[in-house]
Amino acid sequence: MIEVKDLTKRFNEFTAVDNISFSVDRGEIFAFLGPNGAGKTTTIKMLTTLLHPNAGSIFLNGSNSEKDQNEVRRSFGIIFQDQSLDDELTAFENMEFHGVLYKVPKDIRKKRIEQLLRFVELWDRKNELVKNFSGGMKRRLEVARGLIHHPKILFLDEPTLGLDPQIRSHIWNYIKNLNREEQMTIFFTTHYIEEAEKVSQKVAIIDHGKIIIQGTPDELKQSTKTISLEDAFLALTGNTIREEETNFIDRMRMHRKIHRR
Amino acid sequence: MSTIYILWLRQLKRYSRSKSRIIGSLGQPLLFLVALGFGFGPIYQKAGGGNYIQFLVPGIIAMSILFSAIFSGIEIIWDKQFGFLKETLVAPVSRFNIMIGRTLGGATVATLQGIIVLLTSLIIGFRPGSIIMILPGLVFMFLVALLFAALGTTIASVLEDMQGFQFIMSFLVMPLFFLSGALFPLQGFPKAIGIVASINPLSYGVDGLRGTLANGAHFGLGLDFTVLVAITLVLFLLGSYLFSKMQI
Repeated sequence: MIEVKDLTKRFNEFTAVDNISFSVDRGEIFAFLGPNGAGKTTTIKMLTTLLHPNAGSIFLNGSNSEKDQNEVRRSFGIIFQDQSLDDELTAFENMEFHGVLYKVPKDIRKKRIEQLLRFVELWDRKNELVKNFSGGMKRRLEVARGLIHHPKILFLDEPTLGLDPQIRSHIWNYIKNLNREEQMTIFFTTHYIEEAEKVSQKVAIIDHGKIIIQGTPDELKQSTKTISLEDAFLALTGNTIREEETNFIDRMRMHRKIHRR
Repeated sequence: MSTIYILWLRQLKRYSRSKSRIIGSLGQPLLFLVALGFGFGPIYQKAGGGNYIQFLVPGIIAMSILFSAIFSGIEIIWDKQFGFLKETLVAPVSRFNIMIGRTLGGATVATLQGIIVLLTSLIIGFRPGSIIMILPGLVFMFLVALLFAALGTTIASVLEDMQGFQFIMSFLVMPLFFLSGALFPLQGFPKAIGIVASINPLSYGVDGLRGTLANGAHFGLGLDFTVLVAITLVLFLLGSYLFSKMQI
């Protein structure tokens, strides 16, 4: 369903994603893990046609993401890591906007918007402007919005970040259900490694722009001789060196911004 | 079609909800009308130009449309920074339609703005040359709005963030306005500035509005119309090309 080959993205001299390859089968739940600044979001941006890679190829549902952008965009849905709602519209209007853009037929659209808004407990506040919502409410609305159309592939970039444990497991149950019933392929990133261990069938860990290991959670644990995926993750990416590395990357990013101006 | 409609509707909703924007954007044209209109009025009259308010109002309508339309295009940068643009860019709809929807929305808002200024100007003593010509006047308003909304979109597609906005205001929008004949008759300009004014698309917009709402077009309504339509088309093509190439 997702075929990525030798994918590379450079920002000036800084290589954010360095020659990675992986594939995800239809109906699979795939976790894409890595420390901050490892290249997760850049990879997702390339997978979702927001960025052009410098090298390599991406096939989603059999279509090349460079050549058949429209075809590719028809095959996926995404819940972004950072906010992507229109603050000046109401919760309902944000949902409606998404439904129309994705050409969900009117009757289904109506039904799903109500069902999803009730599901994330925002139905009572559907006519309020999003700018009056708290961070958690906005997050819930975004998750709900991403599920209005049922795509073949669903990308989730930190879908449950900043949400309470109750609503987190609630949302995962819904997504797992979609995965089971519609054979929807799920590709997600998360900081909650135990979440990844619970729901994913396959895991890839990326660090410094390179995939350092991929396989089932059990395979990862075996190869690192650890008892949980979290320990395996720490064994593979190291315990403490993050700070210096991120500083370096931050510097590169700053550099890049200055350059662009 | 539904894509264009929903994007158009979004622009209108955002506008109608922002009371401060509606009132704020009326303040400036009103100030210009009162201060310049009554300030320069007597001198203009003495110089044999006739009624300055009659001359000025079409120029101020064009100004408010210019600002509002350019700003609606530039708003894309906000959407970029607040993340909403991603939501539209990954959707399975052509970016050309996204660009059209947004631009039409921005142009509609700018035209409404122009109509409000026109109505307000009646209070301070403006009288349209003829009632029938108001309709083609509205057409000119919408054309000016479309042209500059498309220009705003084009600019926003290449700008990284709002830092560049001030630059655009000082080196593009303000010169467009001051060198368009909105405030002064084009006949009196020195040659060099006259040439600049004659390649400024807003000059044709102002002229078209003056020809329809007041009287006496400098270039002639036919030429005004042709130039505006041609430049709008070019900007639409350029804007939608740049917009479709945008990366976030």
